[in-house]
Amino acid sequence: MNIVECVNVTKTYRQGKMEVRALGGVSLRIKKGGFVALAGPSGSGKTTLLNIIGGLDAADSGSVIVEGNVLDNMSQTELAQLRLRKIGFVFQSYNLIPVLSALENVEFVMLLQGVPTKERLDRARTILDDVGLEGLYDRRPAELSGGQQQRVAVARAIVSDPAIVLADEPTANLDSKTGRELLEMMGEMNEQKSVTFIFSTHDKMVMDHARRLVLIRDGLLADDQDRDP
Amino acid sequence: MYLRLGWRNIWRNPRRTTVILIAIIIGVWSMIFLGALMRGMTDQMIRNGIATLTGHIQIHQRDYRNDPAVENSIEDPAPIEAALDERLPTGAHWSARIRVTATAANARYAGGVTLVGVDPQMEARVSFIGKAIKEGRYLREDDPFGIVVGRALAEKFETGLGKKLVLMTQDTEKNIASRAFRIVGIYRAEMEATEKQFVFVTLPAAREMLKLEKGISEISILLPGHEMVAATLASLRDAPPLSGCDVESWRNLLPLMRAYLEIYDSFIFLWYLVVFIAMAFGIVNTTLMAIFERIREFGLFKSLGMKPWWIIKEVMAESFFLLLLGILIGNILSFLSVFLLMNHGIDLTRFAAGSEFFGISRVIYPSVYGRDVLLANLVVFILGLVVSLYPALKAARFKPVEALAHV
Repeated sequence: MNIVECVNVTKTYRQGKMEVRALGGVSLRIKKGGFVALAGPSGSGKTTLLNIIGGLDAADSGSVIVEGNVLDNMSQTELAQLRLRKIGFVFQSYNLIPVLSALENVEFVMLLQGVPTKERLDRARTILDDVGLEGLYDRRPAELSGGQQQRVAVARAIVSDPAIVLADEPTANLDSKTGRELLEMMGEMNEQKSVTFIFSTHDKMVMDHARRLVLIRDGLLADDQDRDP
Repeated sequence: MYLRLGWRNIWRNPRRTTVILIAIIIGVWSMIFLGALMRGMTDQMIRNGIATLTGHIQIHQRDYRNDPAVENSIEDPAPIEAALDERLPTGAHWSARIRVTATAANARYAGGVTLVGVDPQMEARVSFIGKAIKEGRYLREDDPFGIVVGRALAEKFETGLGKKLVLMTQDTEKNIASRAFRIVGIYRAEMEATEKQFVFVTLPAAREMLKLEKGISEISILLPGHEMVAATLASLRDAPPLSGCDVESWRNLLPLMRAYLEIYDSFIFLWYLVVFIAMAFGIVNTTLMAIFERIREFGLFKSLGMKPWWIIKEVMAESFFLLLLGILIGNILSFLSVFLLMNHGIDLTRFAAGSEFFGISRVIYPSVYGRDVLLANLVVFILGLVVSLYPALKAARFKPVEALAHV
C-alpha cells in the first residue's frame, strides 16, 4: 500500500525576476513502512519535495497524496490537521521549543491532539526512555547536547504514531557516532512501530542505512534503488 | 498549554518584558491615581457647592431665581415646613433663610455682600457655617445685632471682632433699609470668595431689617446621601403646599458645576484612551519584536500541526500575561498612592487663587470610584488584547517553509 504518492510534481521559486526550478515533474510512490532516503546534492530539490509531501509547501502542479489525502486543494487549516495527525517532522537544526523541557516538547503534539494528561505523560516518558533519554525529562533544549536534542525531536515526531516521519538532513549537525546511533534508533522505530521514514540527505551514512534510495538531481528523479542497508 | 508557553515566552527577554511592563504600570497608575485625584477634586467641588448654602435641594418662590429680590420671598413658609417634616427622609435637615444682596460698610470700606438671615441651630446642620467659626462665636437665637463675617471680608474691611458693620439693602416697601451689626464671629471657608461674599445674621434680625413678617427667601435641604435627591425631589414636588414653588436639586442650582461634571465624565474616557494609545504602541512594538525574533519557532508550530487560530491564542497568551501583570502592579501602586494621600491630600494653597474660580478646594483628597477603576482596567485589558491581535495575526500568517528557513 502506498502511503505517499507524488504525480508529476513541479515547483518553481521566484526571487524578483529570477526563477529557480526546484522540481521539474517528480513522480514517486512510497510504501507504508518504508525507510527511504531522498538523496542528492544541495539545491537538487530533495528538501522541496519533502516539504511538499509534508504539506509545508504547495506544488505548482501535479498531485500529492499522503495516506489517501489529496493535498492539492487543501486549506491551511486542513493541512495543519493532516500534519498534526499523520506526519512527524525531524529537522536538521532540531527545532525544539526552547522554553519547554524535553518531556514537554514531546508532550506538545499530543497536547495539540487533545490526548488526556496521564496518557500523554506516560507516552512521553516511555518514548524518551526508548530514545535513551531516561532521567533527562526536565532538561530544557539548551541543557542537552545536539545528539540528545535530535533524539527529543525524533521522540516528538513519533510519539503520536504518525503515518510518516519526514526527516530533513537529520544527521547534518551531528558527529558521525551520534548520527549513526540516531539512525539506528530510527531504524528500530521503523521496524518496531512500522512508521514510514523519509529522509532528505546527502550524508552517505544515511544513504547506507536507507532501504530505498531515491536520487534527485536538478529537480528530477535521477535514480531509484531498493536496497539492503 | 498556551498559558504555560505564554508565561515562559515573556521571560525569554526579561529586559524587554520589564520595559513594556513599566509602560503598562505607569499607564494604569496614571489612569487610576490621577483619575482618583480628579474625582477627589470634583467630589470636593460638589461638597463645597452643596455646603456653601446650596444643599441638595432648594425651595424658592417661583420668581425668586430670576429675580432674587425681597419681594419674591415665600410669604408664609409654615405649610411648606410642615410638608418637609412629613416628607423628608430620616436624617435629612432643612433650614429656612433670607438671602438678599446688600452693601456692607464700615468707616474704611464699602462693598457688596450677600446678607443671609438664618436660624442658627437649623442652619448649622445644613451648611458649612456651623463648623466654620474660627474667631469669636457663632450666632445665637437672641442676637438681634450680631453678625458673622468671613475672614477675607474682615481683612478687606480691616475690621475684626466687636467692630461695627453697617448693612444696607432694599426692604419690602422698596425703601433703603440699613442696620448696624456688631461682628461676633469670623468664619473660614474652603474658598476665599465665599468668605468675601456671605455675611450671616439671625432670621429675626433680617426680617426686622427687611420688614418681612414671616417671609423667607429659600429653604435649603441637606439629605443623608446624594442618591436620595431624585426621590425626595419627586416627593416634594407632589406636595400641595409646594405647588407654587420652585423645587430644584443642586445639579440645577449649580449649572456650572453640572457642566463641569459632564465634561469631566467625557474627558476621563478620552484621557484613558489617549494614555492607552501611547501604551498600545509599546505593546504592539514589543509583541512584534518578540514575534519577529521567533519566526522559525512559529514555522515549527505550524509544521507540528498548529492551526493559525492556535498560534493567535499562543501570542495572545503572552499579551494576556503582560497586561495582567501590568494591571495588577499598576493597581497596587495606584491604591498605595491613594492610601498615602488619604489623610493629608495634596495642598494646592499656592494655586488656590486660580482654582477657586472653579470651586476647587485648597487641599485635594483622592477619591476612588469603583466604576473608574473598572473602566481603566477594562480599557487597558480589552484594548490591549485587541491591539495584540495585530502581531498575533502576523504570526499566524507566516508560511511554514519560509518561517523555518528564516535565519
